[in-house]
This record gives sequence, structure tokens and C-alpha cells, in this order.
Amino acid sequence: MRRRRGVQRWHVVAALVGLVAAGSASLFIGVGDLTPADLLDPGEAQARVLWTSRVPRLLAILLAGSAMAVAGLVMMHLTRNRFVSPQTAGTTEWVGLGIVVATLSFGGTSVLGKMAIGVAFALVGTALFVWLLQRMVLTDVVVVPLVGILLGGVVTAATTFLAYRFDLLQSMDVWMNGDFSGVLAGRYELLWLVLAATVLAYLWADRFSVAGMGESFAINLGVAYTRVVMVGLAIASVVTAIVVVSVGSIPFLGLVVPNLVTLAMGDNLRRVLPVTALTGAAFVLVCDVLARTIRYPYEVPVGMIGGVVGGVLFVWLLLRARKRAFA
Amino acid sequence: MIEIESVSKSYGGVRVLDDVSLTIPTGGITSLIGANGAGKSTLLSVAARLLPADSGRVRVDGMDVATTPGPVLARRLAVLRQENAMSVRLTVRELVAFGRFPHSGGRLTPEDHRLVDEAMAWFELGPLADRHLDQLSGGQRQRAYVAMVMCQGTDHVLLDEPLNNLDMRHAVQMMRMLRGMADELGRTVVLVVHDVNVASCYSDRIVAMREGQLVAEGPTSELMTPELLRKVFDVEVEVHELAGRRIGVPWS
Repeated sequence: MRRRRGVQRWHVVAALVGLVAAGSASLFIGVGDLTPADLLDPGEAQARVLWTSRVPRLLAILLAGSAMAVAGLVMMHLTRNRFVSPQTAGTTEWVGLGIVVATLSFGGTSVLGKMAIGVAFALVGTALFVWLLQRMVLTDVVVVPLVGILLGGVVTAATTFLAYRFDLLQSMDVWMNGDFSGVLAGRYELLWLVLAATVLAYLWADRFSVAGMGESFAINLGVAYTRVVMVGLAIASVVTAIVVVSVGSIPFLGLVVPNLVTLAMGDNLRRVLPVTALTGAAFVLVCDVLARTIRYPYEVPVGMIGGVVGGVLFVWLLLRARKRAFA
Repeated sequence: MIEIESVSKSYGGVRVLDDVSLTIPTGGITSLIGANGAGKSTLLSVAARLLPADSGRVRVDGMDVATTPGPVLARRLAVLRQENAMSVRLTVRELVAFGRFPHSGGRLTPEDHRLVDEAMAWFELGPLADRHLDQLSGGQRQRAYVAMVMCQGTDHVLLDEPLNNLDMRHAVQMMRMLRGMADELGRTVVLVVHDVNVASCYSDRIVAMREGQLVAEGPTSELMTPELLRKVFDVEVEVHELAGRRIGVPWS
């Protein structure tokens, strides 16, 4: 007899339907008047709202949400620790430092400059984290993300100091807190790069699965362990940097979504990665729709909603992990 | 055939392997025996390119393991280490299927699926196929790992303490399966074993090590002697012939 799998096809179909529904809702929520009926015969104003604001916003949400969730999944696998994600390894904080350094060097307007330096800082920061891990004898899985959070704290201190000295504290807040309200046509297109990174991660999904089994399993199966780990962590770092520079950081996204999905489906990345991407996109979409309706016609930053929703889910996950450990 | 040529390896000043040269012929089961710290596991790891040697070289069917591309070697030689703390939640079928990775790179052909089913049937894992590894007992998990290594379909199979975690019944079953892999499938099986009597009853050749050096190697019948066992383990061992098998009794 075949045991029932945790996730069946209808789950995926239901998730897709939900995603499409929330996506459509996202298109018609906002101060500018736009109703589904307008799509048939859009006036000039409605067309402008649709194509310069609503559609780019929806695309940005889907791209950022899916890519960050996948980045978290890959990172969690390659460090062999369920609590390691771009947000608990210090990667996000390094991008923040990069943004401040880029602003001081090139001025506040150069998106490409911010992105280049953000990517560079994310890569260096993640490499430093992994280097630290390899040199420490760790007995407890929770110590690993604590090291990352500690590292992130130190980096944030440096960033805050710099920002304070150069009067950038307020802007820093705006950059770092995840927010899609600034997304307009012409100002989010670099986010398409993360789609390429996500596709690349999918193509290497089996290699990441094998690397997640550990070094000797990977070598036995003919997989170049060190190279695969480096490529995977680089993908996660680059995605994080691009997303944070474009729309800011969404707390817990890279941590909670991969954990929830792998809890239900197991760790075979080829199967899990597409579902993780969809769930990540849905998570951010729902948070963003909430962020736009909760104080309508004003918006609260999506990072805040993500922090609350993700935080609750994370506590639930931790309690569950505890129960399993003592079961 | 595995040719080991004057391999040495040190850990922090301690010489774990000291100029070991050895040829393991094709076919049959070869057991590595020796006391704890004799260098058996290290030798196996070096032979399987899990560890680099400080000097010397290892060739498998003429291919230098240090320079042969990983995927090429993964189709000729498979290895399973003693400790396999795996945090990845895979089903037994998924794990065994990864044994085909060196051949098909994740895109399994119908032939691959047939081999996966065959390996699972061989190790009686059929009823556990869709269970996650973390839901299995230590012994079931050990069988799943060995099934994955078998599914790799390599001529050479290197196993470090494959009887770990297995009770008497499953230990015997495992040794019979390995015997079958050697006899029926023509694989060359190399084992690290703790129990000299397991080595004596199931292997064709024995390689005895002590303090990083080779003490003796040869057919099992020639090596199962009180003299050799004393030299290897520093313990007096009586060797008795029981039902055509040589059994060492150290509890005198």
C-alpha cells in the first residue's frame, strides 16, 4: 500500500487558484480607481494606473517573494541547518551596509551602484559567515543562526553609525523596510534578474539536494561539493541583495516559507523548489494586500505585516520542532 | 582492481597511514581488520577519494582517484562511510534513486527506475519505500544507505562498518546480501569490519592493519590464525574450526 504523501496535486492547484485570486485582487486595490470592468474599456487614466503602477507592483511582489523563499531554501540546505536563511545569516544586514556605502560613494540616485555594492557586500558577508561556521565546533543547530544574527547585529551597528554620521538614518529605514509602494514602471526592472537566479537554482536542484546530504555523499555521487555549495550560496546572496536594494527586506520570508513547505513535502529540492517559489510569492502577495487594506486609503509597509505574520509562524515552527525533539 | 601505492596520511603530526601498498583484486569480498585507530577507515576513505593522501596514489581500474573527474569515478566506485548523520528528509525511494545520479543526473530513465526497484527489493525495502528516513530505525536506515550505494551500479563497493546499528538477524542478512552482490552481480566489495569472525565467515580475502601499517593480506583461510590475530590485536585468540568455518575465540 502506498502511504499518502503530505502534499497532493489538488493542494498545488488550490494554491495556484489562491495565488491568481490574490493577484487579481492586488491589481484592483489602491487609491486610483480601477475596477475589473475597466479592463474591457480602459480610459487613459485607468490604463496609466494599470501599466505604470499596478502591474509592475504585482510583478515585483511575485518576483521578490518567490526568489527570496527559494534563496532561503537553498541556503538552509547547503548549510544543513533549517534555521539558516539570508535573514539569519547576516546577508540582509550586509546589503544594508552596502547600500549606505554606495550612497556615500555615488550619491543616492544610482540604483546600479547600490546594487553592485549591495551584491558585493552580500557575497562577502555570506562567505564570512560560512568561513566562521567551518572554524567553529558547533553542537547545537540553534547556535548556527545565532552566530549569523550576532554577525548581522555587528554589521547593523556599523551601518547605523555610518548613517548617523552622514545623516542618512531616516533614508536607511525606508530602504531596509520591505515596501512595494514605490514600485513603478521603470523602477523595478532589475528584479527580473532574480527570476534568472531562481531558474538557475531549479536547474541545479538535484546538485543542491545531494550537497545537502553531506560532503561524503556528494563526493561519492560525483558532485563537486565545494563548488556546488559556493554557487548556491552565491545565488542566495545575489538574490537577497537585488531584492533588498529594490524593495527592502521582508522579515522571515526566506526562513518560514521554506520550512513550512519542506515540513509538508520533504527535502527533495526538485519537487520542493517550485512549490516554495509559489508559496513565497503567495506569502508576500497576501501580506501586501493586507498592508494596503488595513488602513485604507493609507498603506503600512509590507515588511511590517510580513514580520507579524512570519513571526507568528516562526514561533509555531519552533514549538513544533521542540515537541518533535522531545517526542 | 584497486591499487594502493605507498599511501601515507597524517592528522596533526600523527601518522595514521604509513606507506601502505596493497592491491585488491577484482571480485569477491575483502575485509579490512585491525584494532581501533589502525587506519582501516582512513585507508578506505583515501581509496574512495573522500580524503586526499599526503603522498602515494590510488588507482581504480587504472584511474588515479585524485585526478579522475568525480562523475566518471562515481560510475566505477561507490563508498559509504560509517557515520551518516543526514538531516535531509528524503523518502527511501528518493534516497535510493539518488544512487542513479552519476548515470542520469537526476532525470531518471525507465531503466533507472527498474534498477531502483531492484535495489529496494534486494534489501527488502519495498514496504518502506515512501517512508521518510527520519521515520526509520537505525537498522532500516543503514539498509537504505547500502541500497543507494548498490543502486549506483559500480564495479567497486566500499563500505565502512556496514553492520553498524544492525541486530544479529539483520547483520547476517546484510552479509548475505553483500555476499550475493559479490557472487551474483560480480561486484568487488571492500569492507571495514570490527568482528574478525564476520570477516572470517563472509570474506574471501583479509587485509590486516596495525598502527597505520599493513601487517598481512591474503586469502581468509591463511590469515585466520592465532599468530596473526595476536600480532594485529595484541590479544590471545584461539582459532577453532566449526562447521567448516574458522572462528576466533578471544575470551580465554
